[in-house]
Amino acid sequence: MSAILKGKKGDQRLFMGNEAIARGALEAGVNVVAGYPGTPSSEIIESLSRVAKDRDIYVEWSVNEKVAAEVAAAGSLAGLRSMCTMKMNGVHVASDFLLHLALTGTRGGMVIVACDDPNAHSSQNEAEMRHFAQMLEIPLLEPGSFQDAKDLIKWAFELSEELRSIVFIRGTTRLSHASGQVVLDELPETERKAAFRHDGFILDQMTGSVISLPIAFKHPQLQEKLQKAAERYEGCPFNSYTGPENPDVLIITSSACTFYSIEAVHMLDLQNRAGILKLTTTWPLPKRLIKKHLQTAGQILVVEEVLPFMEENLKVLAYEIASEIGIKPILGKRDGTLPSHGEMRPDVVAGALAGITGTSVDQRSEEYEKKVNERVFFGAPARDLTFCPGCPHRASLWSIENVLQMDNRQGFVCGDVGCYTMGLSPSNFGTLKTAHSMGSGTGLASGFGKLDRFGMEQPVLSVCGDSTFFHTGIPALVNAVHHGSNMIMVVLDNSGTAMTGFQPHPGIEKNAMGDVAKSIDIAKVCEAIGAKVRVEDPFEVEATQEALFQLLEEEGAKVLVLKQVCALSPEKKWSKKFEMSVDTELCIGEECGCNRLCTRIFRCPGLVWDQESKTARIDSILCTGCGVCASICPANAIRKTPLAANGKEVA
Amino acid sequence: MTPLKHNPYNLVITGVGGQGNVMASRVIGNMLSIHGYRITIGETFGASQRGGSVRSDLRISEEIAFSPQIPKGRAHMIVAMEPAEAIRVLGELGNPDVKVICNMRPIHSVNVICGDFTYPSAEQHKEWLSDLSGQAWFVNTTEAAVKLGNPIFSNIMLIGALAGTGDLPLERDLFETVIARWLSADKVEKNLVAFDKGMSMVKDDKRDG
Ligand code: SF4
Ligand code: SF4
Repeated sequence: MSAILKGKKGDQRLFMGNEAIARGALEAGVNVVAGYPGTPSSEIIESLSRVAKDRDIYVEWSVNEKVAAEVAAAGSLAGLRSMCTMKMNGVHVASDFLLHLALTGTRGGMVIVACDDPNAHSSQNEAEMRHFAQMLEIPLLEPGSFQDAKDLIKWAFELSEELRSIVFIRGTTRLSHASGQVVLDELPETERKAAFRHDGFILDQMTGSVISLPIAFKHPQLQEKLQKAAERYEGCPFNSYTGPENPDVLIITSSACTFYSIEAVHMLDLQNRAGILKLTTTWPLPKRLIKKHLQTAGQILVVEEVLPFMEENLKVLAYEIASEIGIKPILGKRDGTLPSHGEMRPDVVAGALAGITGTSVDQRSEEYEKKVNERVFFGAPARDLTFCPGCPHRASLWSIENVLQMDNRQGFVCGDVGCYTMGLSPSNFGTLKTAHSMGSGTGLASGFGKLDRFGMEQPVLSVCGDSTFFHTGIPALVNAVHHGSNMIMVVLDNSGTAMTGFQPHPGIEKNAMGDVAKSIDIAKVCEAIGAKVRVEDPFEVEATQEALFQLLEEEGAKVLVLKQVCALSPEKKWSKKFEMSVDTELCIGEECGCNRLCTRIFRCPGLVWDQESKTARIDSILCTGCGVCASICPANAIRKTPLAANGKEVA
Repeated sequence: MTPLKHNPYNLVITGVGGQGNVMASRVIGNMLSIHGYRITIGETFGASQRGGSVRSDLRISEEIAFSPQIPKGRAHMIVAMEPAEAIRVLGELGNPDVKVICNMRPIHSVNVICGDFTYPSAEQHKEWLSDLSGQAWFVNTTEAAVKLGNPIFSNIMLIGALAGTGDLPLERDLFETVIARWLSADKVEKNLVAFDKGMSMVKDDKRDG
């Protein structure tokens, strides 16, 4: 049984934020859950998919976030409770649909959990989802503790059903991926039956047709809902204040920043001078509650991630009530007290608070600081992210890089989002020259491939993962084929959404709940679209490079599917195909290539440079035995001995 | 509830992606949860599977839950699965009183493999680690784990080693209770062997500093 099902009412569990959210959804009696994987949101559906059968709920990894929102909305419109999860970028993908859904309204409760990644730990930007709540005019909630992350889900469902509106919940990396203790509630029996009513009066949200028109009726209705939400937010049990009655400094905070604020007060011993208003209801703001607290405070510090979203809304509100409470100094990001980029940390908040209160934080001695920095420089060499040992992407990019070099026309590769984005870094050949959103490498390549009339003669390639292919790669390829763009789309098919933890996608014969599902053949789809298609195994270096050379000769949009399972996939882990060794007699070491080709340029972590013998060596713990390095060594010094499935040498 | 040596007690588990950081921090967190302490674990695992540095910050406290990130210079104990990572964490969280338990098997990063950076010798690392901490234990858990059948036991041995220092109440039976929630009986047995082995490593090691 999965962790989130174990335990009865009153039990305490150590949950990751995302597990707390998943448990919260179960306690709320969720029926339908859909989403698209993306760090830091993925574990919510992962946890729920493991218990789907036990709890009789429907869980799916949808093809992209927009479809996920549509699938979840269908559940709601049929009267069920539904939840949709995604990372922040997904909100942009889903927003077209959500804009309409906000206006049509929902029926059964519908909650969207979107997770931001301040500091871009596992993203290519640190943009926020909060502004979408304001743009779409729907209520937003930001849990500020692990317990809240769980309990808030039920409250959000109730709010959604009261308003008949979508409710947004914002997660952030430091809450979603951190763990803390949570006290459980019971898991209810839900008896909801699904039925879609469409025979009622056209303007009746619960029984009529579901459309966003007439705007003159639907838009004011939406704004009324928002006002009602603000009213409900006044008494929201997830807002709380701790501190003195009349604090010198009132910290207004939300989300994971609540922890940092609590810690900053503790670090500076300011319990008697500083108070913390933990705000869970950050949009629309509850006016009376805010007024009550602003009134009592000397000055106010707003602590949030990343942009001054709450700060700006608080300032609007403070202006509106200035005639009643006077002008209160509100500090935060706009005046530079705190940065408007990156994530918060306890010492950053403590630093800001120290500045305001004239206190100071204990620092390390200068001597230790100097010593430790020096030793980090020499003792902790950089650890650039790299493809894992035995990663098919390294082999694929190696072939692409070499073919483009030999072709010698300044060819380049457009990438998008996935492990292969690491191909931008010089540690991974630097083959990728662009990286934007999902599927956008192929869209860019489609555009570049039409620029020959302006004198552009460079070969254009895109790389696209298998999950990304279904997400947004297909329309880009359709565009390229239809417009006769000269490009090659290389689909790096490693049989799963590897970067985020092997979630299934439409190309896999299994769905999120572990049932057999119809798999969609990428090569056939591309053929049907009208592209010339080749399929190769990237571990067969020679064949792959030959295929690339041939495709470079041809006109129009072409597809090369490079199919090889990810080195970390559960089925591959711990099983080696080859036992590898380096013949130290043959290895020409520093004379090789522009000196030691395999460790300096190919850079598989399974290969190490032996300082003493001045030859390459295999690290048998890290090497996965993929055999690729044997094909790249110009001296044939790397040997591969086939192993049977049980790891024994084949006789 | 036994009073903690520090409140909050700030423990860091660090290593390289794939070494089992998350699992180790969860086991320790669950063990200490049973004692009734407040636990927050902050994890940086964006890079977890791609050779990057990974770090778990454990905040163990008596009343209020602390943030998922240890403030600069405030670690009490660093358990490192890899020596360069121990140094890296000291850079941010170290102080003259911090204790360090370090598995001495290096994992070379791509930057070292390709020759852009050199990796210090084990002796050099030991000297620096001793100098930057109040107390340091150097162990070879990877080797012992391979002998036991899988390099992944290394992190269980480090949990045993941490228990062996006596800095936190990490009793053997608590360890058993916690892993029995996830693992079958025969696996529990193996893990207990690894735990005991780690404990003995710290007890046998002559302490530096
Ligand atoms: S066989 Fe070579 S390329 Fe493959 S994992 Fe081992 S060392 Fe790396
Ligand atoms: S590529 Fe071959 S010859 Fe060159 S350093 Fe590596 S093992 Fe030695």
